[in-house]
Amino acid sequence: MKFTLGWLKDHLDTDAGVEAIGAALTTLGLEVESIDDPTAALAPFTIARVLTAERHPQADKLQVLSVDVGDGTPVQVVCGAPNARAGMTGVFGAPGTYVPGSDMTLKVAAIRGVESRGMMCSMRELQLSEEHDGIIELPDDAPVGARYADWARLGDPVFDVAITPNRQDCMGVHGIARDLAALGIGTLKDPAIVAVPGKFPCSVEIRTDDPDGCPAFLGRVVRGVRNGPSPAWMQARLRAIGLRPISALVDITNYISFAHVRPLHVYDVAKLSGPLVARRARDGESVEALNGKTYTLAAGMTVIADDRHVNDIAGIMGGMVSGASEATTDVLIECAYFTPERIGATGRALGLNSDARARFERGVDPGFVAPGLELATQMILDLCGGEASDVVVAGVVPVASKVVQYRPARVAGLAGLAVADDEQEAILTRLGFGVTRGDPWQVMVPTWRRDVGVANATETWDGEADLVEEVIRIHGLDRVTATPLPRADGVARPTATPAQKLERRLRRALAARGADEAISWSFLPPAQAEQFGGAAWTLENPISTDMAAMRPSLLPGLLAAASRNADRGQPHVRLFEIGQRYLADGEHPTAALLLAGNARDRDWRNGPAAGFDAYDAKAEALAALAAAGAPVDRLTVAPPVAAWWHPGRSGRLVLGKVALADFGMVHPATLAAFDLKGNVAAVELYLDALPPPRGRKARGAYAPPALQAVTRDFAFVADDSLAAEALVRAATLADKTLITGVRLFDRFTGPAIGAGKVSLAIEVTLQPADRTLTDADIEAVSARVVAAAAKLGAVLRG
Amino acid sequence: MHTDTLQPEILGQIAAAASPEALEAVRVAAMGKSGSVTALLKTLGGMTPEQRQTEGPKLNGLREAVAAALAARKAELEAAALNARLAAERQDMTLPVAAPRTGTIHPVSQVMDELAEIFADMGFSVATGPEIEDDWHNFSALNIPESHPARAMHDTFYFPQQPGDEKRMLLRTHTSPVQIRTMMTQAPPIRIIAPGRVYRSDSDATHTPMFHQIEGLVIDRGTTLAQLRWTLETFIKAFFEVDDVALRFRPSYFPFTEPSVEVDVGYSSQTNRPAGAGEVDRWLEVLGSGMVHPRVIAACGLDPEEYQGFAFGTGVDRLAMLKYGMTDLRAFFDADLRWLKHHGFSAFDVPTLSGGVSGGLGA
Repeated sequence: MKFTLGWLKDHLDTDAGVEAIGAALTTLGLEVESIDDPTAALAPFTIARVLTAERHPQADKLQVLSVDVGDGTPVQVVCGAPNARAGMTGVFGAPGTYVPGSDMTLKVAAIRGVESRGMMCSMRELQLSEEHDGIIELPDDAPVGARYADWARLGDPVFDVAITPNRQDCMGVHGIARDLAALGIGTLKDPAIVAVPGKFPCSVEIRTDDPDGCPAFLGRVVRGVRNGPSPAWMQARLRAIGLRPISALVDITNYISFAHVRPLHVYDVAKLSGPLVARRARDGESVEALNGKTYTLAAGMTVIADDRHVNDIAGIMGGMVSGASEATTDVLIECAYFTPERIGATGRALGLNSDARARFERGVDPGFVAPGLELATQMILDLCGGEASDVVVAGVVPVASKVVQYRPARVAGLAGLAVADDEQEAILTRLGFGVTRGDPWQVMVPTWRRDVGVANATETWDGEADLVEEVIRIHGLDRVTATPLPRADGVARPTATPAQKLERRLRRALAARGADEAISWSFLPPAQAEQFGGAAWTLENPISTDMAAMRPSLLPGLLAAASRNADRGQPHVRLFEIGQRYLADGEHPTAALLLAGNARDRDWRNGPAAGFDAYDAKAEALAALAAAGAPVDRLTVAPPVAAWWHPGRSGRLVLGKVALADFGMVHPATLAAFDLKGNVAAVELYLDALPPPRGRKARGAYAPPALQAVTRDFAFVADDSLAAEALVRAATLADKTLITGVRLFDRFTGPAIGAGKVSLAIEVTLQPADRTLTDADIEAVSARVVAAAAKLGAVLRG
Repeated sequence: MHTDTLQPEILGQIAAAASPEALEAVRVAAMGKSGSVTALLKTLGGMTPEQRQTEGPKLNGLREAVAAALAARKAELEAAALNARLAAERQDMTLPVAAPRTGTIHPVSQVMDELAEIFADMGFSVATGPEIEDDWHNFSALNIPESHPARAMHDTFYFPQQPGDEKRMLLRTHTSPVQIRTMMTQAPPIRIIAPGRVYRSDSDATHTPMFHQIEGLVIDRGTTLAQLRWTLETFIKAFFEVDDVALRFRPSYFPFTEPSVEVDVGYSSQTNRPAGAGEVDRWLEVLGSGMVHPRVIAACGLDPEEYQGFAFGTGVDRLAMLKYGMTDLRAFFDADLRWLKHHGFSAFDVPTLSGGVSGGLGA
């Protein structure tokens, strides 16, 4: 919301300067985004009159002007503007002046041999508009020698404030002035608006057939108007806030919209046919709006239409067909109350923003519908002449009386800052509230404060906090001083949940093992999600189609990251992420690790570089699970179930029947979809599948075994389809008391043991409990190990 | 031969022996079965007792002297041999070794851990909630009705509505639904922070469609804005490790708080950190906050006449940028290895109250 200082002073009697007002606005919650003082740039430009204009001796299109700049000595200026002529008044820049629109500084120059001491300026050269067909023409009575910016009221500093969505009353200068006055920055100028008596019955029938969308439609005709340009002061203010002056009638509606949050619309009566009716649009009806675009309407939107056309998208934008033009002599003023929800829904559906929509959808003051129409009538009569008809009121303006039960002690109760009752009453009164003291106070909410209180309050506390905010806002929110929260006895207690602790441990364990934590988008291109079984959740309105599918796995994000890194010359990555997968049954906390490029660099000690293999992934998976407190010694490896894994080089770590993690090499077809070359290993850990960590309680007394453990090695030959894990488990279970550990330490295949065969060597640890093992004891255990292996088809090597 | 001449001769040979083999040859020649010293010792048997009395000590002295010289020379030779071997084993200690694999913690995770640590000391626990939310938790319960402009303001990502669904599913636009879920499941007093991913349909240099927020909520009897101010001051001082901070409370608007407060943090351009009132030369809009709206408290089944409290929210990514100096939000989610290595934290930079909450800064 923009406004100028001069405009504000029409509504606020104050001596406060720009800075003081800026600070006050921020204090009030009307956050100042910028204050722009255009005089700074245009101060040197003055009003000048062209005395004579002669043809340039050397150039057909140039003239040599003699210009009266007000100091008695005519100045010679060479000018190329077609409209330059003797007797005209314009804007002059002297040598040394910086011209903002052409980004140059004027100097005395000879133009085709004729000296020029300055310039007569166009609108574009002063950055006042795009107009550059000729130099600025001012009325003959413009005072020669005066600063142009002052005379044209361009010198008015422009405030730009951010209005929060609740304060629609401050989308107009008057409301801002009221807030400033409440703070003590001057006095609100609030003259009574006098009704303009009608001279004749309104010649156009006005109706509302859509009381839901347009509860009230007020209007009247003003006949015999002259619709020329609006006066310079009005144009200057509209330009200052970024609006384009169009014609007096249109400018008046914009002016009142920005002065009083009272959007209006004017119709050329000559272009209307039959009654003007607020009604629901018909599906497929279309209207060419004043922005030149045609909108197709849907049932449910409210429009203003006559017998032939939709003339207005109600409360949002007028239509071309019946807009006011310079030829307009009879005008119909529409001043309506539209239901905010309807305006918002229509605006969103059409994707159409306008100043009117912004005001109507936040809710204009229902108490200012009739006064707004009178104000507009008077301004039209003043600026365009004519005579006004009677006012037609169709429907009923929904003015709800809101009374808040208010306990002034709630200010101290909520804010922790006491404000005396008298001050509270004074603040509320200055803001326009009606205060009746009592227990509690009865506070009547002014019609323009849609944000305070609720109509037909059901709770005694409804609206009370709103009034606390009003009081504390004016009293000074920043005067609230810090008061400590009560603190529990003793040192701070632990607060993290088991799931949070798990995530923290896992994150730091993965980083400690050399992986870098990434955070990638939760949404993916659908094609990437397809590689991972497809997305269970797809956005209806993604920011782009590449960000539409909620990730079913963390791997695609990491694969894409690896691919980007490779493109940047960083092919060797160990990336991990901890976050949610989004599946049909909800969100699942997950950790993923991606290993791409070299596992080892080439090195003078270790030889050539080596890529990652599935066992690297398995090692990382087990290390991560161990850090997460999972019982890794009880896990078994099952075959992979998902298509994005290499079918022969990946596995699933299972506890009982629960999958805790998948690991292995990513399927080459999947890698190709991400433009990744080489081998990529990965791990995905399913955090919500992990068993809850066991409590770290005291562990009981412990004495190390008195007798040393002994080890025995066994080498078996088996079919190479035998899972090593099965052999190790069989050996482990061969003697549950003596055997405390089995480790596979060697594996080979080759001609020495025959095709389709594998040699597996294990080291078995025996821990005697009460006596030293005899050779016979060891022989007996060994025999059981060999027998257990034999059941799997594994034969002890000779 | 006589001992008087034999001893210097053998000791000379021992000293001259240049290798273990030569020394062994000397030993055998002197002390072996048919060695010269052995031969002399054998003569003791044929002597008279008187002769033995004088010659015995002499011959034993010879034997001991030779044995001692042999042992000493052997040790000398072994030491020389070891020295020679070690000298030959020299390696170039300037050759490189494999660099340790050092991973990193993402700044967002690090800052979330820092926040958890700071707020734990003030009695706040960490609460979480789903990112795929329904419109009731994300909007309605937070006093944002269907038609409220704030719903559009939030640029919400929606999921298609299934026929028969009462609730509209969406990506949460803020962490505030966690307030609702907490108040509906937990009896006051409540002190929580809720960090997490949030989503808005917005993308430019300072906005990404996904980012991280942290929400704070205190619900109790008699909780006030004054306590909010203390909480935020305490948090800002601890997080930025400054002794003093000036905050500015400005009126603002959030549908779920009343009164609503925008909190500016006073900054010093000298230190580029938050500063006390004397040193502040600019204000940064950092936090949105306010007293929880009574309608929100009531929507969660609590009596607003009994319970009240405050809520605040801010961007975790933004806090990380302010504290650790990153400039581009988009880089947070790009996983560029070089950026991660540069801005990431060591796994061992665990924020603790005793060691400091700033990983890698003070530590």
